[in-house]
Amino acid sequence: MKAGSNLEKVLEGGYFAVTAEVGPPKGTSTAVIQRKGELLKFYCDAMNVTDNQTAIVRMSSWSGCILLKEMGIDPVMQMVVRDRNRIAIQSDILGAAALGIRNVLCLSGDHQRFGNHPTAKGVYDIDSIQLVQTLKTMRDEKKFLCGEGISGEVQLFIGAVENPFADPFEYRVMRLAKKVRAGADFIQTQAVFDVGKFTKWMEMVRDQGLDKQVHILAGVIPIKSVGMARYMRDNVSGISVPDEIVIRMEEARDVKEEGVKIALEIIDQLKEIDGVHGIHIMAVAWEDIVPVIVERAGLLSRPIL
Amino acid sequence: MLISEQKPFEEILDYVTKDRVIFLIGCKGCADGCESGGERQVLEIKKRLEEEGKAISGFSLIDMVCNEALTRMKLAAYAEAIESADSVLVMTCGAGIQTVASSTHKVIHPGCNTISSGHAEWKQAERCMECGDCVLEFTGGICPIARCAKGLLNGPCGGSQGGKCEISPNLPCAWQLIIERHSKIGSLYMLEEIILPKNWDPSLRDGSPTQRG
Repeated sequence: MKAGSNLEKVLEGGYFAVTAEVGPPKGTSTAVIQRKGELLKFYCDAMNVTDNQTAIVRMSSWSGCILLKEMGIDPVMQMVVRDRNRIAIQSDILGAAALGIRNVLCLSGDHQRFGNHPTAKGVYDIDSIQLVQTLKTMRDEKKFLCGEGISGEVQLFIGAVENPFADPFEYRVMRLAKKVRAGADFIQTQAVFDVGKFTKWMEMVRDQGLDKQVHILAGVIPIKSVGMARYMRDNVSGISVPDEIVIRMEEARDVKEEGVKIALEIIDQLKEIDGVHGIHIMAVAWEDIVPVIVERAGLLSRPIL
Repeated sequence: MLISEQKPFEEILDYVTKDRVIFLIGCKGCADGCESGGERQVLEIKKRLEEEGKAISGFSLIDMVCNEALTRMKLAAYAEAIESADSVLVMTCGAGIQTVASSTHKVIHPGCNTISSGHAEWKQAERCMECGDCVLEFTGGICPIARCAKGLLNGPCGGSQGGKCEISPNLPCAWQLIIERHSKIGSLYMLEEIILPKNWDPSLRDGSPTQRG
């Protein structure tokens, strides 16, 4: 075990993992995090706390993680390189490790122009692959990026993301290989709607033998409304929603039920793909639906390890 | 060449709110070439400020305002006009503005924004951000510091779609270009190596200020 987190135990134990996402509030209410934690606690193995997602200022990821940890939940601290240089990054990692956060997900972060402070200076001192490598060095060699030693253990289960639907498609697997070489233990992907394209990507992943070196959790976003389906298809960078899904939502009598059905069908297909070791459910503003989806997908009860 | 553009007139007017008498300085070098602070622009600003009730005590057009010795000499000839003014409005790049500031004890107002140190001449395509630690060896001769919105050294990020950057459909994804170039010249394997964190210290923008010369 590298960190001994619940997520690591579940994945190393060969179980099909389920992770969920908790978006922190644009404010100081601990209750927002606690309510989501309570709701999802028995329906997933770990919960990601986003880091100023879409560059909108929210409560920090690490504080959300601590709140979940106090409830006995295994948190995944998301960390973007948009807002911190290498000094702040390593400092935050020491703090997180000291307080018992064991999973960290490394991301570039949506560009600041998308958020509520579009005139902010982007940091991008290091990139997401260099962040993975930095965390691995801190954990395995107990050294900072500068080579100086770290006192104490830095127990981390290191995650990275990949978007199989971004371009250039052929290069995405090569970049995944780089993340694995940098030290990623698990990967959470962008939401899958185009299962065909994802399947093709997974074939390329298996051809490179990467599925044997890293745990891949496929992203799932349940669609709540026709508007959301259209919005994601037309406006969200990095997400690819096929027209047929939008049409299904448009023609559905019970739109929310259709959204759940689509998510369940996608999960069923993902479970059958070799090398997919779990799913990561990002129910943006629809956390209530996660227990329903996990139960109906036959993924209960979650292993207790 | 330093590329500058005139600040919006309202902003300039805001700077000189409390000033009654103003002295103007233009540059016959880069600012003239950019049409941001040459003779025509200085005369235009003079006219507009006068229309707003300001008095212009004089103006000077200097060959290269960034040349400190030259600027001091030129300004000496206008000592009286400058002395009688409440402030000096400098219609040049940031270097010129700072040169004037170091040559007089008067309040200085910038009349231009400096938008680039040369790359705009190539219309935002190939350009250099003066990072001082060139990575073009690894990136197929295309600079990710200048052209990737996140300055990624191991890109592209997940926002690259159809060859475009996530921040604008008009902006090519630098990493798409880098990968295409490497593929074309048979050196894609070079991207298998993880490029290590960069030394930003020699960077003009992100490193430490240095005393040159």
